[in-house]
Formats: sequence, C-alpha cells, structure tokens
Amino acid sequence: MSGFGFTCLLLALAVCAYGIGASLYGVRSGRMEYADSGRRSVYALAGILSVAVLVLEIAFLRSDFAFNTVADTSSRTTPGLYKAAAIWSSQEGSLLVWAWLMSLWSTLALFLTRKHIRDVAAYATAIMLGFGAFFVFLMVVYANPFATTNPAPAEGVGLDPLLRFPTMMIHPPMLYSGYTLCTIPLAFGMGALLARRVDADWIRAIRRFALAAWMFLGAGILLGALWSYSELGWGGYWGWDAVENAALLPWLTGTAFLHSLMIQEKRGMLKVWNVSLALATGTLAIMGTFLVRSGVLNSIHAFGGQTLGVPFVILIAALISGSIYLVVSRREMLRTEHRLDSLLSREAMFLLNNIVLVGLVFVILWGTYFPLISEAITGQEASVGPPWFDRYTVPLALVLVLLSGIGPVITWRRATLANARRNFLVPLACALFVLVVLVLGGVDSKPLALAMFCCAAFALGSAGQEFFRGARARRAMAGEAPPLALVALVRRNRRRYGGYVVHIGMAVLFIGVAASSSFQHANELSLSPGQSARVGSYDVHYVRPTATITPKYDQAHTGSTLSLGAVLNVTKSGRHVATLEPSEGFYSSGEASQGTVGNLIGGQPVSHIGMDVGLTRNVWTAIQPDIETGPLKRIVTVGNKTLPPEDGIIGIAYLARAYLKHPPPAQFNLIVSPLVMWIWVGGLIVFGGALIAIWPAPSVVRRRVAARSRARALHGLARA
Amino acid sequence: MNPSRKRTVRLVVALTTAVVLASALIYTSFSAASPALTPTQLLREAQPGRSYQLTGTVAKGSVHREGAVLDFSVEDRAGGAAVALAYTGIVPDPFHEGREVIVTVEKQGDRYVGERNSLITKCPSKYKTAPSSENQNA
Repeated sequence: MSGFGFTCLLLALAVCAYGIGASLYGVRSGRMEYADSGRRSVYALAGILSVAVLVLEIAFLRSDFAFNTVADTSSRTTPGLYKAAAIWSSQEGSLLVWAWLMSLWSTLALFLTRKHIRDVAAYATAIMLGFGAFFVFLMVVYANPFATTNPAPAEGVGLDPLLRFPTMMIHPPMLYSGYTLCTIPLAFGMGALLARRVDADWIRAIRRFALAAWMFLGAGILLGALWSYSELGWGGYWGWDAVENAALLPWLTGTAFLHSLMIQEKRGMLKVWNVSLALATGTLAIMGTFLVRSGVLNSIHAFGGQTLGVPFVILIAALISGSIYLVVSRREMLRTEHRLDSLLSREAMFLLNNIVLVGLVFVILWGTYFPLISEAITGQEASVGPPWFDRYTVPLALVLVLLSGIGPVITWRRATLANARRNFLVPLACALFVLVVLVLGGVDSKPLALAMFCCAAFALGSAGQEFFRGARARRAMAGEAPPLALVALVRRNRRRYGGYVVHIGMAVLFIGVAASSSFQHANELSLSPGQSARVGSYDVHYVRPTATITPKYDQAHTGSTLSLGAVLNVTKSGRHVATLEPSEGFYSSGEASQGTVGNLIGGQPVSHIGMDVGLTRNVWTAIQPDIETGPLKRIVTVGNKTLPPEDGIIGIAYLARAYLKHPPPAQFNLIVSPLVMWIWVGGLIVFGGALIAIWPAPSVVRRRVAARSRARALHGLARA
Repeated sequence: MNPSRKRTVRLVVALTTAVVLASALIYTSFSAASPALTPTQLLREAQPGRSYQLTGTVAKGSVHREGAVLDFSVEDRAGGAAVALAYTGIVPDPFHEGREVIVTVEKQGDRYVGERNSLITKCPSKYKTAPSSENQNA
C-alpha cells in the first residue's frame, strides 16, 4: 500500500509537469486545446491525490503502524474519530492534505471558469499546478507520508491528547481550505497580468472563491480560538502567537480585497490595489503555511522538522519578486478609469477600510517577524508581547467596526448633508443610547471597551436600518408579510445582504471580545475538599474529588488512562448556579523507562474544562491535581517496582482510590468571562452571512439552467 | 487649487502620515521588546529589574509546587546551564519536565522570578512528538 501511495505522488508530479507545459504552450501558441488539456491535468491531479489521501486514511483506520506517519500520530487506543483526523496532525500528512485540498478547489475554480477568460485561466492553471508540483515535490523529497518501517512497531505513539477535541477534527481542514483557496485569486490575478486582461472579468470569476477563502480561513481561526479556550487550560482564546497571526494576515488582506473589488466592478478604480491585494493574500497564505513548517519563529504551534524552510523561502521569494515585476510592468494597463469624487463617499470609506486593514497587516506582520528583524538589526533576538499588539490593533479594530457601520449607508460618489441626516440618524441614536445606558449602569471604567460597544451598536443600527428599509420597500411593492419580505429581500440580493449579515456578526463578535477581555475575573489558587473561593460575584465550593480509570470509562472520550478531577458547586449570592466537574486526563506515554505504572500516566496531561455557559457570562474552571508528591507518588514508585507490565492498571486503580480517599490540595483556575459566548455566536453569524453571499442568486441559477436547456436543444437539433 | 495640485498635496500628506505612524510603530517595537535569551546567556547578561524571555527546556526533577508558587529550572536545549525560577500564574497543560518553554523572567536580587501568567509551552507539537534531537521545535 505504501508503494502504491508513493507511486500516486510520483504520478501527481508528472501530471503537474505535463499540465504546466500544456497550459503555457496552449495559451502562448493560441492552441487552446492544449490549454484545455492542462486544465484537465488539474482534475487528474485532484483524482490522484484523492486516491493517495484514501490510502493513508485507510492506513490510519487500520492502525497500520508500518507507516511512520501512522505510528507517530495514532495508536490502537486513540478513539476512532480521532484516528481518522490524525492524518493532518503530522508534517507529512498535513502536506498531503494541503496539496489535495488545493487540487480540489482548483478543479472547482477551473471547471466553473472553463468557458470564460480562457487565456487568464490557462495561466492560472499553470500557476495552480506549480503550487501542486511544489507541495508534491516536498513530499517526494523531504516528507514522504508513505515512508515505512520494517518491522512495524506493535503500537503507535498516539495522537497528541491536546488534539483530541471535537473542533480539532475540522479546524485544520477549514484552515487549509482557507489557505489553499487564497491561492486561487493569486493564480487568476497573475494570470490576468500575464494575459494583459486586467478588466473586472477575472475579479468576477474568482469573487466567490475569494469569499470562500475568507470564510474558511475565518472559521478555521475561530475554531482554533475555541479549541484554545476549551482545551488548553488557560482560559484564553487569542495569544498573538506567531502561527495564529500567520493565519490572520491573509484573512485581513482578503477582507480588504473583498471590499475594494466592489469599487473596481462598479467604477473601474483601484486596479493596482486589487491585483496587489490578491497577490499579497495568496503570498501571505503560503507564508502562513511556511511559518508552521520552518521553525524560524518560536511558536507554540511549530512542527518538528526544519528541513522545509529553504524550499518555502525560495517559493515566497519567487512569488514576491514575480508579483512586483508583473504589477510594475503592467502599470499602464492598470490605470484607474475614474477618480475619487469626494472623501465623503462609499468608495472613500472602502478605501479607508482598506488602509486600516493594511495598517493592521503591517502591525501584525512586523510584530510577528520582529524576532528575525531584531536579530538582523541588533544581533539580539527579541520579541514583542500581547500588550504591544493590543496597543495598535485595538484602536484600528475600533475604526474598522465604525467603518462597517458607515459603509453600508453612505452613498456612492458623493454624500450630501440630506443623505447623511437620513442614513446616519438611526445608527447614531443606537450608539448614543448604548453609551448612555452603559455610563448610567456604571460600565465606564474601560474606555476602549465602551468605545467598542458604541461602535458595534452603530454598526448594528446601520445594518438593521438597511434590512428594515429594504423589507419595508418590498412590503410596499409586493404586499408581503414582514418575515416573507425579509427573506425575499435577502434571496434577491444575496451578495449585499449577506455582507450586512457578516457586518452584524463581526459587531457581535467584537462585543464579545471587548467584554470578555476587559471585564474578566480570574482566580488561581490551591483548594482542598470543603474549601471555597470567590471569583467575581461567584462562590466556588470544592465539594469532593472524582476519579475514573481506563480509557473505556474516560468521560471525555479522549482515551485517557486516568482522569482526576473535582465536583465544584458554583453559587451566586447563596443561590445555586451550576455544578461543574473539571478534571485532568492522564495518558499513556508508552515509554517503558517510566515503569509499569508510570508509563500508563506518563504522557501529556490534558485539562477537561468544567464550564457553565450562559448568554451573559461563562464560568470556566480547570483543575491540576498534584500526583507528583506525597502518597500518590509513592504508589507509582512502589507499583513500578512490584507490578508486572500487564498489571500496571492495578497500580492506577490504587492511585485513583487513594486520590478519592485522601485528596491532596489541587490547583484550580477559575475564570468568569462576560459575554464570551457572543464571540462564537458572532462567528456563526459571520459564517452564515458569508454563505448567503457565496450562494448563487436565484436569477443566476435560472439563467444557467435556461442556458443549459437551450444548449441541449441546439445540440439535439444539430444531431437531428 | 487645481485638481492635480490637490492630489499631490493629498498624496504627500498621506505618505507623511504613513511614515510617521510606521516610525512610531518601529520605535515602540524596539523599546517594548524583551530580549530572548537561553539560560547560559541569561546567567551571563541579566541585569536586575529588566525583563527577559527565557527559552529552554524544563530540567528533569526540578518541578516543585509550594502553594501558588511553582519552582522549576530551565536549562539549555543541549543541557548544561540551568536557571532556577519561581513562577506564579497559569500553567499550560503541556508544561512537563523536558518540555520546551518560554517564560518572561526578571532578576530580583540573586534569584529569578517568572512574570505572572507569562509561561508558555511550545506545542507538544502541533502535532507530532519530535525525536529527542529535534525537541526544540516540538
């Protein structure tokens, strides 16, 4: 099977080489049948890589430890669903998934554009196959996912317990889909420049893919944040880690691109800017992929190997220099068709939004790569922490949220005073109302959070007003009931109203971020059963310890050998609020050197959070039981000396019983975060809005169906 | 003012603003940054009252808890020099003996104190457990 998998990779490399040659020859010579053949090479690549992924997936599900990747990231005790997801938890497997997803998305993009902008698409095909060839080459030369060991080990290392969390099943595919989709606007942007066709056609062809890239990348980032909040035992969701930032950067340039492309479509402006943003987004996506694999920056997320740094640097250098050359050499063609009429217009607001987003990108890029910059300039590696990032990103985020409220209601070309009075009254009233209520309610100790609540209220008021006016107009015209009018309104103009839904979601998300980061209460302390602690306005009482043994009875279904925890009673002003059961799972390390008992719990311990989720606040609790001292450690030591390997679990049972009978003080982390749930709700609204905007409008679908019927009828007539 | 001159003025103002803001950003990044040092470098260069990012691996047998204070030593990746420090605050799950960590420390007298909640552990890896020779990136 491994030989078959590797053959698939070699075949994929050959298909990429052929497709690049055919596409370029076809478009340069005008023999488009070769360009079509190049396009079909992408379909073939998708097919071949699908087979390769299937081969590796089967190896994971069968626990075939002859495959090094399987032995390193899975085991027989790894629960089934996590075995299936372990494919993207290794360097090699993740490269395969990256190349596979890229081939699938490229296939879809080229299939949908097969009858339009064929010259641009031919160049884009060559570029996409170039990316495919690069990733397949990495697997063939540096990180073969089908490498084997003979004889195969009897058991694998197992999936890292930290990754045994439901959202981790979909977080990497979402992120990789986002990254790979980012390469499509880049490929078509470069294709447009190479073909010297820089009108809005290429933008119309890839607009949905740019939006899908933005949506998937955003969903991936948010799922990663949810994993961090729910699994990592520190109660935070964002730490300005290098790898987190790397995913955020293309998302920000993608956001800018999605706004500015509207100006090119409507007014033929910002051509240089748009193509530069498309190229930058794709390049930043590759840089994000590189950052995880190169080891150049300290990150909690980096992969083990450092061998892939040089090939990635070469690719990124080629992308940057190629992009600059193409934009500079085609600058005459990229001249704007119109000038900005007024600074008080929708175009100007979009431009300002773009400047703020690019400013954010510059800040985050500088902060992320600062260790390298600092070392190059001063010879001393140094890094900037979250306070530095917050100092710049918080004001910029405030401006962005405010602009998301101004953009939808300001008119194109030039706004007048009458327009301003008509459109800004409701949003301003909403912001003012929130300001008064919060100040009167005493929530004025954090001015930046207060400013964010007001800006978000302004944005919500602005979007709400647009929905209300649109639905009212439909009611007046068609006499529909309000809910029906609203649905019809969105259905008929999905792109516009989907965008407004996204604005609503972002405002809700930022309310959650501002509230949870500014008004959080946290307490870390040691408690014994019977003791209590206060966090914010809540009292947390440690009622009794809990313990379960063997993976079979692991309450979190993550395959832990031993799980030690506590029952906590949470009250507010003497009233019962919730009973929480945080625990810590201990996993087998498989290292015989740790002893017969020690190896069963010597792996990575992982917190299983006890959380009471509410609309207004989350009570979040984590426990770190101390098994390294006192009688508990003695049980492990004695068990290691006296018990044979097959009876190691008896030592674990003794350990659990001793913990229940004489629980040592445990370290607790207690956090009350207001409105944190609205971050995830906001994310869901954003996701929904993006889906609405991506979905083809009914009229478009009807046109396509009619065109297909006409084509079939003509074909039938021709044959007759 | 004619439109061409107006555009030039706008461009100059915008570029000047961008340069001023970028300069402020660059200046503050250098002044706010904490040097990243290995235990050997820290023992040689640390000055009292200044923050440093200490990177290395948690020394085997060095982890002890006294109430809310976690005492442990960070040693060079290749072994050798070790810095003992007292830390309070959140301890991430992956913290373990032999694990690569990054912690912000300050020299107070002749001892090192970890900044509250500054301890981060490098991923047990995103993904796979790296071979011991490559542990620095795991």
